[in-house]
Amino acid sequence: MFEGLHKFASPPHFHAISRWLSPTLYGVSLLLFALGLVGGLVLAPADYQQGDSFRIIYIHVPSAWLSMFVYMVMAGAGACGLIWKMKMGDIVARAAAPLGASFTFLALVTGSLWGKPMWGAWWVWDARLTSELILLFLYLGYIALQAAIEDRRVAARTGAVLAIVGVVNIPIIHYSVEWWSTLHQGPTVTKFDQPSIATSMLIPLLTMTLAFKAFFIAALLVRTRCEILEFEQHTSWVRELVRAEAAR
Amino acid sequence: MSAAAHGTALDAARAVLGRDLSRAWRRRAEILQPLVFFAITVYLFPLAIGPAEQTLRTLLPAIVWVAVLLSMTLTLPDVFAADHADGSLDLLALSPQPLALLVLTKALAHWLVGAAPLLVLAAAMCAVFGVDAYTLRALMLGLVLGSPVLSLIGALGSALTVGLRGGTLLLALITLPMYIPVLIFGTSAARNASLGLPVEAEMYLLSGLSVLALTLTPWATAAALRARLG
Repeated sequence: MFEGLHKFASPPHFHAISRWLSPTLYGVSLLLFALGLVGGLVLAPADYQQGDSFRIIYIHVPSAWLSMFVYMVMAGAGACGLIWKMKMGDIVARAAAPLGASFTFLALVTGSLWGKPMWGAWWVWDARLTSELILLFLYLGYIALQAAIEDRRVAARTGAVLAIVGVVNIPIIHYSVEWWSTLHQGPTVTKFDQPSIATSMLIPLLTMTLAFKAFFIAALLVRTRCEILEFEQHTSWVRELVRAEAAR
Repeated sequence: MSAAAHGTALDAARAVLGRDLSRAWRRRAEILQPLVFFAITVYLFPLAIGPAEQTLRTLLPAIVWVAVLLSMTLTLPDVFAADHADGSLDLLALSPQPLALLVLTKALAHWLVGAAPLLVLAAAMCAVFGVDAYTLRALMLGLVLGSPVLSLIGALGSALTVGLRGGTLLLALITLPMYIPVLIFGTSAARNASLGLPVEAEMYLLSGLSVLALTLTPWATAAALRARLG
């Protein structure tokens, strides 16, 4: 098993594996999307209070979960690159950041779209919204830092330090924001504290979550592949690959 | 290499602190710049809000906090920029002394030069604007406990962006989100104080953040410097 892991961590093998793995995962995610969307938009009953508006959770909740998950992937991969000098760690961290930022943005936008009919406002200074927005800023800072440093090795290691510091910081920021919003909040009840969610609503939600996750991994693999080719453009295996592609 | 030949780690820290302070002292005019910036920022708010004294007095602690945050952010590149330009940063990184201690010292120097004068000015301005004594005390205690965190996280940001073009803006982009907890607890202490409520909880939280930053950020800053210098 470790042999396999070791191979996966070397750029040429990763490139070869991801070439068939990412289309497969795209297919899986497409199937799950179809199932989840039909389940969520057609089969699931309307909420007794929110009507059909609640259906946005099938996009909102998976992207909000992924927004945090991707940050952990980014920091974890960055740490692998920083500590064990794994080149693939550097590359994956760099490839994951824009995806994470996009999911965060998607979660904010869908939340805002849902908030307008439900709370009567596009934006409410709620703890979750605020810390999600700060998460977006953390992503943007990471991406800006990566973009500012030309040497990719240096950029990766510097970014990894920032991402790891972010992991320590995110809970502190989250709880301080929560504390802040409970101090002077009143107009809306925003906690998603429903005692339970009906099974007919839950199954499409879980399906959508899996679909999002499969999509994320597939997109991450494609992005990583592009990064590998750029990173390794002067190596012999990339040159041979390009020659083979050109001959075909 | 024996430790005796190089002195102890504390000697090195003392030397770094003395060097930073004397360099700041030789460029005294530059110490004034963030102070003037701070004063202008604070004075911009009454101009923007209008001369409603009661509103201003309620908002003033928050304005002071934000102005302190921004003024300190402006001076952050100085933590490592000069040392990077003349190459002494590489020597610090190569020295046998623990780098974490040296960067902690540099953050301390930044606090002494970039934050301490600001706090004095902030206290004077709040007194002039008529903030009551209890609120002023809570605001100042919050600033004293919270500003070390700003210097320490700022030193980390400064290390991450050292030597980059457009570094100041990038530095602000990276550090300001991390300043949010300090801002929240600091301003809520002042707000509670202005309502006559106790502020111990916020002070404990700010002290906690300070201790956490004091123990964790020097290592991260040292790692960031090592990553940047390659």
